[in-house]
This record gives sequence, structure tokens and C-alpha cells, in this order.
Amino acid sequence: MKLREFSIDDIESLAVGAWVLGTGGGGNPYLPLLNMRALYKEGHRVHLMQAADLADDDLVAGAGGMGAPLVGIERMGDPYTLTRAVRAMEAHIKRKFTALMSVEIGGGNGVRPFMAAALMKLPVVDSDPMGRAYPEGQMTSTAIGGLAPSPISLVDVRGLESIVHSTPNAKWTERVARKICVEYGSTASMCTPPRTGAEIKKWGIHGTTTKAVRIGEAVRRAQRLHEDAVAAILNVEPGVLLFKGKVVDVARRVTEGYLRGELRIDGLDEFRGAAMRINFQNEWIVAWRDEQPLAMTPDLICVLDSVSGEAVGSETIRYGQRVTVIALPPPEIFLTPKGLEHVGPRAFGYDLDYRSVFSS
Amino acid sequence: MRRIGIDVGGTNTDAVLIEDGKVVRAVKAPTSEDVTTGILDSLKSLGSTGVLAGKKIDGVMIGTTHFINAVVQRRHLTKVAALRLGMPAAASLPPFCDWPEDLANLVRGGVWMVEGGHEYDGRPFMPLDEAAITKAAQEMKAAGLKSVGISAIFSPLDPTHERRAAELVAKVIPDAVVTCSSDLGRIGLLERENAGLLNAALADLARDTIAAFEKAIRDSGIAAPLFITQNDGTVAEASQARRLPVYSFASGATNSMRGAAYLSGLSDAMVIDVGGTTTDVGQLKLGFPREANSVVKVGGVRTLFRMPDLLSIGLGGGSHVALDPLKVGPVSVGYRLLKEGIAFGGQQLTTTDIAVAAGVLPLGDKAKVAHLDAATCRKVFAEAARMAEEAIDRMKTEAGDVPLIAVGGGAFLIPEKLPGVSKVIHVEHGDCANAVGAAIAQVSGECDQIFKDLTRADALSAAQGIANDRAVAAGADRVSLKTIESEDMPLAYLPGNSVRVRVRVVGDVAGS
Repeated sequence: MKLREFSIDDIESLAVGAWVLGTGGGGNPYLPLLNMRALYKEGHRVHLMQAADLADDDLVAGAGGMGAPLVGIERMGDPYTLTRAVRAMEAHIKRKFTALMSVEIGGGNGVRPFMAAALMKLPVVDSDPMGRAYPEGQMTSTAIGGLAPSPISLVDVRGLESIVHSTPNAKWTERVARKICVEYGSTASMCTPPRTGAEIKKWGIHGTTTKAVRIGEAVRRAQRLHEDAVAAILNVEPGVLLFKGKVVDVARRVTEGYLRGELRIDGLDEFRGAAMRINFQNEWIVAWRDEQPLAMTPDLICVLDSVSGEAVGSETIRYGQRVTVIALPPPEIFLTPKGLEHVGPRAFGYDLDYRSVFSS
Repeated sequence: MRRIGIDVGGTNTDAVLIEDGKVVRAVKAPTSEDVTTGILDSLKSLGSTGVLAGKKIDGVMIGTTHFINAVVQRRHLTKVAALRLGMPAAASLPPFCDWPEDLANLVRGGVWMVEGGHEYDGRPFMPLDEAAITKAAQEMKAAGLKSVGISAIFSPLDPTHERRAAELVAKVIPDAVVTCSSDLGRIGLLERENAGLLNAALADLARDTIAAFEKAIRDSGIAAPLFITQNDGTVAEASQARRLPVYSFASGATNSMRGAAYLSGLSDAMVIDVGGTTTDVGQLKLGFPREANSVVKVGGVRTLFRMPDLLSIGLGGGSHVALDPLKVGPVSVGYRLLKEGIAFGGQQLTTTDIAVAAGVLPLGDKAKVAHLDAATCRKVFAEAARMAEEAIDRMKTEAGDVPLIAVGGGAFLIPEKLPGVSKVIHVEHGDCANAVGAAIAQVSGECDQIFKDLTRADALSAAQGIANDRAVAAGADRVSLKTIESEDMPLAYLPGNSVRVRVRVVGDVAGS
């Protein structure tokens, strides 16, 4: 296996880039980053590997967190509980994992596998099944590929360990796991269904950790040089500028463990006089410009702080903030008919035909 | 309307009298060690021309950089016992975990993490471990700790565990000063806890400082209510400011910027406020400081409450100067400038001594600084200019040259030309801009309550109405009211369609 030692500077960049790819959700990676700083200070190190270097019969665990970001910033997950989620899965399947992987690169889960990897001394694979963040477990390349939807382990810091052993599809896994998670207090450490090296090579979305690091490096470099950090992202990624303005209203409601709502932005600079409205379910789902749909899932809609270029989350965005909205292209697997069935606008209850901002 | 604005800085205490929107008189006096004398001196000096004689004063508004200076300089801080209710969660990230090492070492008196806290839906996360809290309090007492910062998971939604813990601590340490994180508000345990710990670290300083303010007003014979200005450019009563000094954290800087806008007539510009100890750089938008987006770092600590977006650096008129190697600040002689500065017969070389030697300031005894040659002075000024330029550059949000208003007693350190600045503007009374800003501080009204069975729009508008009425009752002009905060949070665990709404409005003081 070819391994690359991940420096703490890589992890700092990963945290910034993963938050951008979180498209409003996934939880701010700051707390996982703090855990990583503490682990690196204690001498732990983590290595990154490419999916192509996995042997077909290697076994990879998806390690991450589940739940409402708002709960995450109060309960603050830790590396030991996450490691227990992976160990619980090993005990259940009676096999040891050879590597860990992110369950979604967007948000805190982009960094979390590194927390368990540090303690377990396992490498992290540079792939994930979302290429962004999504609110539900079936919104993944692995579900679209028809890979086993279970088992999944869910662990709480108070000594609660659950395995959802068998389900007919990923939607059922999501429904049952979410009930468990809500009972835990809407936050849980989890290990997603074990995948072989062959499965990851075929169905993983590859290079996403490196992509997050690249975005994070661009933002951090621009901040250091006092350059336009939003432009810096668009320099390293093939994205599109959608809107620039000031937040004038945020409506939120918590239903079924999701943070749903709507964000309104009044245009500034070249967008003065125009208005944008963005619907969210944890993540930004549909962006409307003057009441016409402009960008929608699976396109990545990223709301960024206009000054720092860092992402702004749906749970913390506030009245008066100056933000810039950009779109990044989605992973190709989401553009197939099956992909759109899982993650297109209708999967979120919007009666819209998917139209990419990148196709026009 | 006749108001006195006072700014108590680390070095100078400034006072202004504003009558019907005009600055009638502005004076400066050195800040005294006991604070009171400095205020008394400045009030005496303010009244020395008879402008106060026989006149009714509507209010004395005091702003101060005392509290933020203490954190930036790591001085006058109280050792704090941190008590977190939330075990076994988050044990890998204990209180102080993201503080700069030096500040943590100064403030961290001890950390206790016990079981407690709530879930988002109102259930207890763990039963409150009262025995462990009492044991922790006994250990705090044994360690001589009296200032306690208490945090609990989801305390903004249910503060009962924090309050119960405060009672238990008070039973063991009756004179403990306790800050509960729920008093400071927002969701986000670490940032809320940090704000609470900083607040607790200021407990002694806040008590002594506010007492000194009150004594000074009493002794001056001015019969007017005392108000303390806050971060958002509004005023609070002294008792609240004493309990929650972090809310007055950036008031000195906010006042300076609002004063700079008022005095220059400009509403969009960069402002650099050079005090005796620190320099604040910020940006004026429509006459108000640009606000920081959510998380704000204070002295390197992440906190979460509304603050102007400012960069503070340790540069001022009282900054220590070392010549070899060249270093300016961050330590300052502060209010002891007139005793410790070399030009005044002291031993410590400061930026003011350099200005005296260079003939820029007609102060002190020039003979005492004759040994400082022109080249040395140039080198020190260049270093100060470099520090200022870097700070301005970091705060600029757009490329291109912008006007810069230079205010504060140390503004002599800002050259007439700086890269990235279209023009440097010095204003009349600019050295008292902070006191002017305090005098024109606004009145606010707030509504923070839970509404049931209303649509979101109706709940917001009901809250708005209550906040408006409260502001008007507190003396605001209804026409001038502006909403500066509007926030609603659904409370899923309460019956009915419950939503907690927080609305804050500010307005100008109504003419009398």
C-alpha cells in the first residue's frame, strides 16, 4: 500500500475544504479538527491512501457521526466513542478492518475518520460515497450501486451500542438508524456497512479528501495573502458564482431530526436589486434567483462568507451576514437516472426537473 | 439633551459634554490607578470653564477598554474554576482546550467535569451529579478559587442544571462569583463556555472598576444616572455591566468608531483608534462598525456573541520600545506614562518618548530624551507604521484605497500617508472620539421570550412590537428604531407550536 503521511497542516486545510463541500450541512469540522490537534499533540499520526491501492479483499469501514449539527456542537463527539463504533462492527462481523473511510466528505464527517484512524493506527482511503454532505444515508454512491445497506453500528458515549443487522434497502437503514439516533439525543457515532476493496474501487467517489484539502489550501492561502478567497476556490475548482448579498431572513424548523427552512439574501454589488432564496434540509437544496430555480441538488450549492471565503452552515447563518453563493459540479454518478432518483430535487420533495447550472 | 460621555482607557480618561448634538467641550486626564481619581479629574477639568454650572445633565455614559485590555495583556485576570456539566460527553475537549496556552495558564484555576446537562428535546442528558459538584466546590475552595464558570450541555434551552450547580457551589463557597454560560446565550458549548470563562476571569476587575465609576460620579457632585456602554453601541445599567463585563468588552472600540463617524461626517471608512495600550482597526459601514460574523476571537479565544469586527494589536502611545532588537509593544506603561516614560523622568522607553524626542509631541522634558537621535526615532515610527499598515490591510474587505480616520490619543503614530489608504483624516476632538461615541450611545429594547401557537411571522412581529415599546419606554425615538438582531429557534420539545424569539432594536435618544 502506498501511504502518504497526513500533516497537521493538511488536516487544517481538510477542515476548511470539507466545510465548503458540506454545502451548509454536515456540521462544522472545527470540533473534529480540535480533536485531531489534540491527537497529533499526543503523537498520533494518520496516513492517507488511494482507493486504487486497495486489495480487492481489503475491508473498509465508514466511520463518522450522524445527527443534527446543532446537537453536535453541544454534545461534541470524541475519538474514543467513534473507535468503539468501528470496534462494535468488527465484533459483529468477526473481521478486522484494513482501512477507514469518510461516510461523507462534506462537513465534520470529512475529518472524523481520521479521529478513529489515529487511535486504531489504520490508513484513511481518499474516497467517500457522497462527494459532499447529504442528510440521509441512502443518498450515496454505494446505495445507488446497490451495495449491502446493512449492518450499521450506532454508539453513544453513555455506553449504548446498537447494530442494525439487516434491512432490505438503505432507506430502511436510514429510517431505523435515525430512530435510534433520535433516542440517543440526535447524535451518534456510527460505522456504516463494511465494504470490500473491490466495492470501494468500483463505487466510491474518489479523491474527495484531496479535493477538500485543495479547496482548504486555496482559501487559507488567499486569507494569508489578503486575496479574494471565493475567487481562490473558483481558481482550483470548476465552480460558478451564483450570487452575492446580505442575509435578510432565516426561517428554521426542526422536523424528524432535520433542520429544514429557508434563507433569504438581498443582492449586493453587481447583484443589487436581485434576491435569492435557498431552501435547506440540513444542506442547501434549491437556490431560487428572483423566484426562478437557479441551482439545485445534486449540484453543490455553497454559501460562503464573502470576506473569509469560509463556508457558512445552515444552523449558524445569521441575519446581516455578507455571503457569496457558488455552485460546484456534482459527482457524475448522481447524474444518472438512478442517481437523480436518490439525490435529485424530487428526493427532497421539490417538483422540479433537475437542471444543472453546469449544462447551460 | 445634555450628556457627558466618558471613556476610561488604559492610559487616558477622556470626557466630553454634548449639548443638542454638538461637542461643547472635550478634555483629557491620565487614567489613575484607582480609576476614580482619573474620572474626577476629567470631570473637574470638563467643568472648569463653567459649562456644567447649574445645568441638568441627562446622563453620564461611560465606556471602557479596561476589560478587553486585561484579556489582551493578560493582566488583572482572576483564576477561574471551570465546571462543566455534561460528562461523559466531550471529555476529549475539556474547558480551555482551544485557548492560547499563555492565557489558559493564567486563567485556568482548575477544570471539573461532572455528569449533567440536557438533551435538545428537554430530557436530562445525565442526571445532575450533585455530590460530584459539591466535591468539586470543596476542591475549588481548597485551591482558593472564588470565580467559577459553569457550563452545561444545552443550557440555553434549559438552564436549570447550571443554576442548581451555582447554588451548590455557593453553599460551599458563599462569596463565589459565578458565571452561568446560559446568561451569555447561544448554542455551541465550547464558544458559550469560553465566553463564560472570560467573563468569570474578569470578575474582580469588573467589581472594582464599576465601583470606581460609581464613586467618581458620586464624588463629582453631578446628579445624573450612570450608564455603561456596551459592545453594540447601546447602554446598560451599572449592575448588569458588573455581572456581565464581556458585554462591555468592545464598547471602547465601538464608541471610538461611532465617534469617528460622528465627528468626520463620514459613514463609510476605515477607522484606526490608537489608544495608550492598544490599537483597534475596524471598518465603518453606514456609521456603524462592521459586525463580526458569528465566532469572534477575543485575545485568541473563540467566543460567540455580537461584537464589532475589530482587530486589536498591542500598539499605543504608552507601548514599551526596545531598540535592540527593535520591538514596539505589546506591553504598555498604560496610565503610568506620566511617571514611567523617560521624558517624564521615568525609566521605561515608550513611543511617546520617541515622539517627544522627534519634536512631534510638545510634552514632558525634551532634554531627558535628547539621547534618542533622529535615525532611531525614524526606525521606531517606521515599525509602528508597519504594524498599523498590516492591521489595516488585514481588516480591509476590498482591494483599492479607502479613507482612514485616525483617532485616539496615540494617533500621532499614524503617518499622513499609508499604503492602501486614499487619505488619512484627523478630526477635531479626534483624541476624544471614544468619549463622543459614548455620549451619543443609543438606547435599546429587547424581547426574548417563548411564543406559542403563533405563525412564525406573527411571533416575530409580536416580539418586534414588544422590543420597540421597551426601547421607547427607555427613552428612544420611535422613528429612529432599527432592528439589529432577530432570531427564532423552534422548541420541538414544548407542547404546541412553540418558538423562542429574540429581537433587539436600537434607536437614538429622543430629544428632551
